Amino acid sequence: MLDAARLRADFPLLERRENGRRLVYLDNAATTQKPEAVLRAIADYYRTTNANVHRGAYSLAIRATEAYEAARAKIAGFVNAWAPEGVVFTRGTTESINLVAGSYGRAHVGRGDTVVVTAMDHHSNVVPWQILCQEHGATLRMVEITEDGRVDLSDFGTALERRPKLVAFPYVSNALGTVNPAAQLAKLAHAAGAVVVVDGAQSTPHLKVDVQALDCDFYALSGHKMLGPMGSGALVAKPELLDAMPPYHGGGEMISRVFDDHSTYNKIPHKFEAGTPNVEAAVGLAAAIDYLETIGLERIAEHERALAQAAIEQLTQIEGVTVYGPRGHRAGVVSFTYGDIHPHDIATILDQDGVCIRAGHHCAQPLMRRLNVAATARASFYLYNEPADVTALTGSLVKAGALFGYVPA
Amino acid sequence: MDTSPPEPRLSALYQELILDHYRRPRNKGALEGATHSVSLNNPLCGDEIDLQLRVADDVIRDVRFIGRGCSISQASASMMTQLLKDRTVSQALTLAARMSAMMQGDETAAKDKTLGDLRALAGVSKFPVRIKCALLPWNALTDAMKP
Ligand SMILES: Cc1ncc(COP(=O)(O)O)c(C=O)c1O
Repeated sequence: MLDAARLRADFPLLERRENGRRLVYLDNAATTQKPEAVLRAIADYYRTTNANVHRGAYSLAIRATEAYEAARAKIAGFVNAWAPEGVVFTRGTTESINLVAGSYGRAHVGRGDTVVVTAMDHHSNVVPWQILCQEHGATLRMVEITEDGRVDLSDFGTALERRPKLVAFPYVSNALGTVNPAAQLAKLAHAAGAVVVVDGAQSTPHLKVDVQALDCDFYALSGHKMLGPMGSGALVAKPELLDAMPPYHGGGEMISRVFDDHSTYNKIPHKFEAGTPNVEAAVGLAAAIDYLETIGLERIAEHERALAQAAIEQLTQIEGVTVYGPRGHRAGVVSFTYGDIHPHDIATILDQDGVCIRAGHHCAQPLMRRLNVAATARASFYLYNEPADVTALTGSLVKAGALFGYVPA
Repeated sequence: MDTSPPEPRLSALYQELILDHYRRPRNKGALEGATHSVSLNNPLCGDEIDLQLRVADDVIRDVRFIGRGCSISQASASMMTQLLKDRTVSQALTLAARMSAMMQGDETAAKDKTLGDLRALAGVSKFPVRIKCALLPWNALTDAMKP
């Protein structure tokens, strides 16, 4: 395991006390805390490099542009993108998916066509496709999940018989922690003639990702879930697809020439980056990637697996607790319920002990309906979590049990 | 492992009476002949309530609810329905205002006997994010009584 106690010291916020207790931050699937190195990179950018990018003819602006483009190259390397120009900066996964729906989808999905998503997708990989399908007279087909929370491969196969134009799925489920066989799903989808969109919000921070090995067509990621700033993220795509796509937002930077009645567009990726970008976010994300790479994604993944495993073992020893999701093939996300104690009540009780977990539907209402629950409690781990955090979680949960009469007080 | 007892604010929040209403809700289920009904939900935690009332001559003759959610929202709904039967609409709205005042920490409201069992929910005022849960059924009531 990682020396999490030492890593923890790199994160100023984690030194805070909450409700008088040591902060036990277990909501990393929602967003992660930021190391000093990222905070410093953002401050340094404003102190030494700030200017508008791709415009100025002076050295400062050139340095700002270089910092921005270096961040793009860093992301490209991190996920083994096809090329740096296949990396479009966005506000995060949600905007990346909306970009694909609003550009590729708008151009290629028509009346009678099918788009496939899964029942474990986050709302951000469902709603943009619903809107597209409604507007274009297409059908959205949701692939079922198995009882233990994996994509139902036989239903996936049935869905592919409709020869969908596009297939979208999460690499890792934010609600269950399931790690999907993304390369296998992409291969099947391609064989059926579909373009493949992978929601990488939960995989990029926690696994070694290689988009070329996955062989998807579009890959969306969020910087804030991987130690980077809020509002940072990217769409990683095959350059030839991006090149052929119509623009998404119109404005400055994305154009080549503007005539009175029409315009020609810039090269990729700039064609998809209208307006002044969030350079601070790009620079901060690059610093986050440096931090992650120094530790190594394989080691991070192994650390989280160990914590999740310990959490599952301890939780299942508490009578009345149900843990959701598959036994194997999972990341550091543990979703659970405890008897008839509503997850929101669990979260309130844990909060008194400084333990931050998520309670709710996790932006996955179709999944919650299939699990037959309105909500779950969710603990999600990252590199700075320690075994002591797992014990804090289960210790506090026992208190919840006492308050609700499950265990003697 | 931390084995210190739950802190007093928590014991005040999760009183026996609240858990009793949560586990054995009164007046739960659909209401025949409802004249008013309103569905509300709290997107944060997925609490849902569908409040149904039969109002005649400005008096709430009967009231029931269908819902699911946390102990606070469901206990509040159950306690509320107990209190509303045979009240005039304006009495009901006065109770809603008292409830809201109690959630804001108003101590006189917390001692107001007209709130009945609901006074057990006074501790919610110490948990700002949970106030929405306690007020969900009351917001459904005020929505339903809008002219
Ligand atoms: C699987 C998954 N997809 C998409 C998103 C949306 O990411 P963002 O809010 O950063 O756009 C999230 C974040 O909650 C997620 O967990």
